[in-house]
Amino acid sequence: MAEPLLFVEHLLKQYGDKVILNDINLTVNKGEVVVILGSSGCGKSTFLRCLNALEPIQGGTVRLREESITHDSKNLTDIRQKIGMVFQSYDLFPHLTVLGNILLAPTKVQGRDKAEVTQEAMALLERVGLKDRADSYPAELSGGQKQRVAIVRALAMHPEVMLFDEVTAALDPEMVREVQDVMLDLAEQGKTMLIVTHEMQFARAVADRILLIDDGHIIEDEDPEIFFTAPKSDKAKQFLNLFEFHRPKKNK
Amino acid sequence: MADFNLASIGLDVLFKGKNMARLIGGLGVALKISLLAVAISIPSGILLGVLMTWENKIVRFFLRVYLEFIRIMPQLVLLFIVFFGSTKIMKLHVSGEMASIIVFSLWGTAEMADLVRGALSSIPKHQYESAAALGLTKTQTFFHVILPQTIRRLLPISINLITRMIKTTSLVLMIGVIEVLKVAQQIIEANRAKSPNAAFGLYLVIFILYFLACWPISMLAKYLEKKWKV
Ligand SMILES: Nc1ncnc2c1ncn2[C@@H]1O[C@H](COP(=O)(O)OP(=O)(O)OP(=O)(O)O)[C@@H](O)[C@H]1O
Ligand SMILES: [Mg+2]
Repeated sequence: MAEPLLFVEHLLKQYGDKVILNDINLTVNKGEVVVILGSSGCGKSTFLRCLNALEPIQGGTVRLREESITHDSKNLTDIRQKIGMVFQSYDLFPHLTVLGNILLAPTKVQGRDKAEVTQEAMALLERVGLKDRADSYPAELSGGQKQRVAIVRALAMHPEVMLFDEVTAALDPEMVREVQDVMLDLAEQGKTMLIVTHEMQFARAVADRILLIDDGHIIEDEDPEIFFTAPKSDKAKQFLNLFEFHRPKKNK
Repeated sequence: MADFNLASIGLDVLFKGKNMARLIGGLGVALKISLLAVAISIPSGILLGVLMTWENKIVRFFLRVYLEFIRIMPQLVLLFIVFFGSTKIMKLHVSGEMASIIVFSLWGTAEMADLVRGALSSIPKHQYESAAALGLTKTQTFFHVILPQTIRRLLPISINLITRMIKTTSLVLMIGVIEVLKVAQQIIEANRAKSPNAAFGLYLVIFILYFLACWPISMLAKYLEKKWKV
């Protein structure tokens, strides 16, 4: 049976007077993979950032089960441990090794035993093919390797939900796949994930649900097969057309 | 070639009487002034630098004014203001050495504060955000993520500041604090008739003395910079 995990109700987000997200409603079930699409600047990143309270919201509620998530709640760091996030920019801590990056939050924030976390970290690194890089510094890694480490670093906190904000957008094309494979693997294992991406093939492969954001609203909330083959709204058709190429035939 | 000797480049005076010891003693006074100033400037600069990254506009305004004033004024002018200002105008007894320490501390603090502010604000915003997203508190973020990176950026440049402070102490002879250059001038005066080239030889020795004092520090700065390149 579907078990609802993350609740968003009447979410309102403004920057000054500018409304970015308006009356967003969404319930994400445990184990669901939701891909969020939308044109550049429509507020996808902002939406993810509201879900772990990196951004204050101006109205509505965000909840993880019973716990409400607001920018000024006292147990903010408790909640953030349950919501992992990976960003587009390489955000590893440059002064720490790969292992140091992974151990920091579990040992300092959760107070877990270092040996235990190290063991888990090594197992996770092995799964993403980076076991031999545990002692490397971020500067010695490729972009794809950094992002895989960033994913492992978030996973080591045992989050209930993972947020991915265009994690492959800054990568060279040949590295995109290795990171996407890690995410597909997580989807396979039943991780609850919200993914923002501009890669339509990947979106279709990984998603249980596709959301399309436009003008501050969720205008499509659809099964991926239906969304990509028979989109309902004109906006969705227009959006998908951006990824199609038609070469005008020359008249001979 | 045949008549080349120490006197021709003015080094003979060094070996007369206690001249060499006096020169090294002079360097000692200069080093003492700069090291005391450094010892005062580093902690107070760190404090002011951290304050400068605070939101409070009034605090930031006053620190800005202090910083700009100290940086615009040539150190020599500051020395004259403090030395003659306090002795002649306010009738306070301030020794040249004390005045020098005050001025170099004011100056060093301003420079250090600016380095600290720069290093702190050069840490990218996403470092704070990814730490927050991992559940680190503000304090944990500061001590485990921001501070270590700041120190790495700061160490080499603050060591450079120390060598700059040592070099700039050569200015204090202008207000009569005996130190290397002053000693040298006295030796030159005393030997004007017998050894007319003393000036060249002595300044060469001073160059070497300053170099020996600053060079190891500069090398350390370079080494740290390489080692901690992020
Ligand atoms: N800190 C901020 N202050 C003011 N406006 C902002 C701020 N951050 C984002 N915006 C605006 O909010 C809107 C949504 O931005 P957001 O980054 O969420 O878009 P996005 O959908 O993630 O775009 P992209 O696909 O380019 O990443 C944009 O118009 C942006 O200019
Ligand atoms: Mg974005």
